[in-house]
Amino acid sequence: MSKEFIKGNEAMAEAAVRGGCRFFAGYPITPQNDIPEYLSKRLFEVGGTFIQGESEIASINMVYGVAATGVRSMTSSSSPGLALKSEGISFIAGSRIPAVIINVARGGPALGTIQGAQQDYFASAKAIAPGGFRCFVVSPSTVQEAADLVYEAFEIADKYRTPVYVLTDGVIGNMMEIVELPPMRDPEEMLSSDAWRITKYNDDSSARQFSTYRPTGEMLTVDNIAMAELYEEWQEKEQRWEAFMMEDAEVVLTAYGSAGRIAKSAVKELRAQGIKAGLIRPITLFPFPNKAYENINYDKIDKIFVVEMSIPPQFVYDVELATKSQLDYININTSGGVIVETESIVDKVKESM
Amino acid sequence: MNVVYGSPSFTSEVMGTGYCPGCGHGTVHKLLAEVVEELSVREKTVLCYPIGCAGLGGGWTNLNTLSCAHGRAGAVATAVKKTNQDNVIIAYQGDGDLAAIGMAETMHAANRGENITVIFINNTNFGMTGGQMAPTTLIGQKATTSPDGRDLERHGAPFKMAELIAKLEAPKFVGRYAVHDAKNAIKTKAAIKKGLQMQLDKKGYSFIEVLSVCPTNWKKNPLDSAKYIDEVVSKTYPLGVYKDVE
Ligand code: SF4
Repeated sequence: MSKEFIKGNEAMAEAAVRGGCRFFAGYPITPQNDIPEYLSKRLFEVGGTFIQGESEIASINMVYGVAATGVRSMTSSSSPGLALKSEGISFIAGSRIPAVIINVARGGPALGTIQGAQQDYFASAKAIAPGGFRCFVVSPSTVQEAADLVYEAFEIADKYRTPVYVLTDGVIGNMMEIVELPPMRDPEEMLSSDAWRITKYNDDSSARQFSTYRPTGEMLTVDNIAMAELYEEWQEKEQRWEAFMMEDAEVVLTAYGSAGRIAKSAVKELRAQGIKAGLIRPITLFPFPNKAYENINYDKIDKIFVVEMSIPPQFVYDVELATKSQLDYININTSGGVIVETESIVDKVKESM
Repeated sequence: MNVVYGSPSFTSEVMGTGYCPGCGHGTVHKLLAEVVEELSVREKTVLCYPIGCAGLGGGWTNLNTLSCAHGRAGAVATAVKKTNQDNVIIAYQGDGDLAAIGMAETMHAANRGENITVIFINNTNFGMTGGQMAPTTLIGQKATTSPDGRDLERHGAPFKMAELIAKLEAPKFVGRYAVHDAKNAIKTKAAIKKGLQMQLDKKGYSFIEVLSVCPTNWKKNPLDSAKYIDEVVSKTYPLGVYKDVE
């Protein structure tokens, strides 16, 4: 397989195509513009369709419609754009339609800054929109992982008939790395949508109707119990994380996404200085990898360093839940738009030991 | 037995419709169902329907339906058509949906000239939520959020959608119709049939505005409502073909 020196945004776009994506709709917003620009040419080369929507809202609703016809579909945006897309995502989730959404996040709130940030943790992993639904949320920390996760996102989306949300940021989106791109997926290998797609009638000729409206609370309850069971299934089967140098770790760091790769550098630096550090890096943010934190030796470890490019911190609350509030939580934060530095993590750890 | 008249097979056998007595929506559903049957396009049809009274309408047809977020049927229909060009895609929307919250999607879908049919139900108010002022509410018409009547200075003028859409370059067929009597209903049906046939012939975008009655919120009985269309509503919104470049 060939290796390429490629930008994060473009790697994700190409990985989407290879993963079977044949429809994309999006609206310009920095720092994710390379994705629609790339796909505006590339999709037509493989018989797909690209639409530049008149708005973020139109774009996500286009994805809703096309995904409902069984075509693998994707949109991408950046933080404020995701606010506009949120209702559309709730329709996709509520209708149990598979789709992939990429957030190349920037600093917020509101316009914030165009630089990479992790200020969207709650808005992606917790509550994308009202209604209590969740997306399957993954967060890469290298360009390679970004490509791999986008590629796999389409499989996860089809398997569970759910929107999969890739939370990355301007750091990964605009960084160039050497990547081994995944192979073009054979359509024969993809799950068939014949059982549910809206362009086919049922075998008994009855109509298929996607609607999230339920006339009674009792009817809604049935759907919402199914939703809760789906999330429990993910929690059981789909938690993913990387445990880096955790076997003998005496000092534990945790971080996800772009902060995760910087925290990893800090662990290496601490090790070089003779400090036995380790890192837990969640890859799925929902389901949150609680199991990763169960392996911490709570007899020896009494604190955890939580690195996050968000002020106020957000991710730390999930860490606290996963560790059942048994530790001291030492936040190492930068505001969105400011990349956390390896040295400042190393210094903070040493200072707090 | 020789059946000379029956309900079209694509209306729901289960419950008819749940619209208020005398409501124009039910008539338009029936006409649409008849057209789908006559053109034998049921297997190809996807009905994109709105939020509002017609938000329940999907369930009252026996067609494949996609419930669209408020105002977004234009965007949904565009994209579904682009990726499924042999299907018949209909966006069915009311005035709040199409001309208020969905104005951007409506205009852009029309301007792209997507090969879809938009059926726009204009009953001059927000029906489902209880009769609030819509972009189409007439000057002087009372609504729950314009209790003294719509006022040009305070609220602006009613949007004339058929006229607006006809001004764009891409749309191919634009007309305004009504369903308050048999003569008009027959014309409306012919327009819907023309729109769907244009889709099949890959001829492009059609926009069919239908003046519809809302007896409940107009606080008129069905007969007076029909009269109101003739004597008042159609004065602001003249019936007729606004564009036909088929
Ligand atoms: S409120 Fe008006 S538009 Fe809605 S169903 Fe009743 S009559 Fe029809």
